[in-house]
Amino acid sequence: MAKLPKPDELIKSIDWTPPEKDWMDDVPPEIKPGRFCYPAKKNILEEIGFPNPRDWSPLDDDWKLPPNFREIIIEGMKDRLSKYRSFKVFMDICVRCGACADKCHYFLGSGDPKNMPVLRAELIRSIYKGELTWQGKLFGKLAGARKLTEDIIKEWFYYYYQCSECRRCSVFCPYGIDTCEVTMMGRELLHLVGCNINWILEPVRNCFKIGNHIGIPPHTIKEILEYLCWDIEEVTGLKLEVPINKKGAEILFVTPSGDYFAEPGIYTMMGYILLFHYLDLDWTMSTYASEGGNFGLFTSHEAMAKINAKIYHEAERLKVKFIIGGECGHMWRVKHQYMDTATGPAPKNLETPKSPITGTVFEHAKSTKMIHVCEFTADLIAHGKLELDPSRNDNYVVTFHDSCNPSRGMGFFEEPRYILKHVCNNFYDMPENTIREKTFCCGSGSGLNTDEFMEMRMRGGLPRANAVQYVRDKHNVNMLACICAIDRAALPTLMNYWVPDVQVCGVHELLANALVLPHEKTGERPRTLNMRQEPLKPEEEENA
Amino acid sequence: MGAVFALVTVLAFVIVVYVGVGVAGLKSLFGIVVPYAAFLVFLIGMVYRMIDWAKVPVPFRIVTTCGQQKSLRWIKRSRLESPYTNFEVVLRMLLEVFAFRSLFRNLKAELKGPNLVYGSYKWLWLGAIAFHYAFFTILLRHLRFFTYPVPESIQIIDQIDSFFHIGLPHLYMTDVVILAALTFLFLRRLADPRLRYISLASDYLPLFMIYGLVISGVLMRHFFKVDVTQVKEFTMGLVHFKPKAPDVGVIFYIHLFFISALMAYFPFSKLVHMVGVFFSPTRNLANNSRAVRHEPAPWWKKPKFKTYCEWQEEFKEQLIESGQPIDEDCYKKK
Repeated sequence: MAKLPKPDELIKSIDWTPPEKDWMDDVPPEIKPGRFCYPAKKNILEEIGFPNPRDWSPLDDDWKLPPNFREIIIEGMKDRLSKYRSFKVFMDICVRCGACADKCHYFLGSGDPKNMPVLRAELIRSIYKGELTWQGKLFGKLAGARKLTEDIIKEWFYYYYQCSECRRCSVFCPYGIDTCEVTMMGRELLHLVGCNINWILEPVRNCFKIGNHIGIPPHTIKEILEYLCWDIEEVTGLKLEVPINKKGAEILFVTPSGDYFAEPGIYTMMGYILLFHYLDLDWTMSTYASEGGNFGLFTSHEAMAKINAKIYHEAERLKVKFIIGGECGHMWRVKHQYMDTATGPAPKNLETPKSPITGTVFEHAKSTKMIHVCEFTADLIAHGKLELDPSRNDNYVVTFHDSCNPSRGMGFFEEPRYILKHVCNNFYDMPENTIREKTFCCGSGSGLNTDEFMEMRMRGGLPRANAVQYVRDKHNVNMLACICAIDRAALPTLMNYWVPDVQVCGVHELLANALVLPHEKTGERPRTLNMRQEPLKPEEEENA
Repeated sequence: MGAVFALVTVLAFVIVVYVGVGVAGLKSLFGIVVPYAAFLVFLIGMVYRMIDWAKVPVPFRIVTTCGQQKSLRWIKRSRLESPYTNFEVVLRMLLEVFAFRSLFRNLKAELKGPNLVYGSYKWLWLGAIAFHYAFFTILLRHLRFFTYPVPESIQIIDQIDSFFHIGLPHLYMTDVVILAALTFLFLRRLADPRLRYISLASDYLPLFMIYGLVISGVLMRHFFKVDVTQVKEFTMGLVHFKPKAPDVGVIFYIHLFFISALMAYFPFSKLVHMVGVFFSPTRNLANNSRAVRHEPAPWWKKPKFKTYCEWQEEFKEQLIESGQPIDEDCYKKK
């Protein structure tokens, strides 16, 4: 694995001035270790039936492309141009005004000009022009057109796996050109010739075959949940059980498998369990539809739908009334913008979500029948249904990272903030140009949160980390809350590199800390530990 | 390189017209055939482009939300930045088309020591909006050549535009504004290394063509004055399909050629962004995909996936061992 430069070396290496050489001729790119992800393994591609399975490395000269790769790609392009208006329009209307150029976190952190969204799109647009339009065929480079070669495939692979589909550029584009769409198309085309990454496709395989990204079989899921319940018992004294595959439950709860797999996501998972117990909710999890997240979104529209379809299928079998989804970023892009159209309509047994506690009807989810757990919880708090002691989070000075997908694919800003403001006393937002719709990616989104990509992750995460550093210096922030499982996996590494004294948590972890349980009120067993089993008040610990 | 090519092209236009009209006397060709042909190309080309886009389905609602969604009653939502109804979408689009809303958000990132700073940067917005509104007003003003009697609204625009009464004929403010804006838009492409890097010949060419158009117009009005009566007779002739090439200076034909070239170029270039923006799925859809079911595109097929019963068969042993319920319904159906 590539050596990671030290933070100050990395900062010094950033130069936003592009090279002299014309970008159109600057192929193939110099493939740098630390900036690409390992290719998908041969057996993985075979198992999911993707084309051209083979052993290869991006560092090889010969990528072992199929001999007719040009026809494959050009046909694939024509096909997608006739299926997705987004792709067609975005290929045609860019004026290269450059407004997006310095909006991409990967560009800001690397200075590589092909990470400017305009140029990232131009990598494919130039081929569209050169192979499919008469203007491009006639005027060539003058019209910004190129011919498809093996070097171009290498360039695409390098740069379409250096985009986290965060859509920040699309906020600033005067025509709403969305690089995420372009990258999705780029990746779909690359699949056709077998150029893809293992970090995405192995989870996809696991989802198809076993039910979740990590590939946890059903009995192990149950064990893990039991462990988490024991941990909750340590903290609260309560003996809990997570209902599994329970037919006739009112609510199916779906969350990314990352949250029952690793720290700090497990604390958020414990938060959900504790909250649902507190409310005496009639809920269930499924070991079949055990994945809320969807690496298929980073693969192809078809793979995304194939993974998501299990959720409705399971909701139908279990005859639940509605679905609650846990905190996750790209998962919610799928649930909000794709689920209903791609895998719906929702099964007939589902009803418009209605909170059994407050009676609130979630009209905005009346078709999908699925609500975000933060919507559910914010509603509880607004109705005074939760007794909260925010001082239990007084060890933390909290800021909130808006995850890309809920922000720009959903408009999800106030719900988590509302919860945070009720469960902790010290909350400070980061500077306004780095949050909400202008939020920065964690640097590891869209399936790029793998170790071999570390340098690029730290570069791409710089804008986010830098904004955290700002509130740390100004308000002593030491906790970065987020509502995304990839964030919870990626941000600790990022913080450790750039802002070492800041920890990462989910919103429902803090909620669980603040939640005053009935037996705690009576003084029977006051809470002394937080979900991480750290003392709530370190001073008292010392005195004792 | 691109800029040089564009400049040479535009100069070639001037020479072609100069030789064609001034030397060879091909007034009918440049005065009648070229403008009609260009207009036809523009019309057919644009209609073709629009149909070409419109016939491609929009399979998914990929709105880019720039404001709070509609969710809980007591959370204030952003109707313009995250529209929920089609009416709100129209408002969002109006703001985008008439006020360049997204461009107005523009920021400039700077690396100051180890810190990234994002300052407001409205120059691009200002340059763009000045250019587009000036161009639009100039086009409106030109309607006085294509109408008889000239509607009062057009006369009023004319009067406002020349309000300061500088020189004779009065200097139009829009001429000054468009030249300044064009210069800004051109210089930023040259001066900013990143923009220079991304700019293509096809980015400079429209700029220079419009430069040519405006400069020839200004020259004609203030310096090489042409007989406006003859021009008006000619333009009215174009409108009534009884055109007669006017006997005026070559500068008029140069002006006419530039607008013709621009029209013909329009549908095949990035200038189609003018209508393309209306087709942009990240802006022209409502953010209500959880509330309203949107049917998939005709080509979309529901995916095949491993059903619960298939999965249960595979993991049956583990399910039983770990005490998870077995769904007997899976066997009933068989």
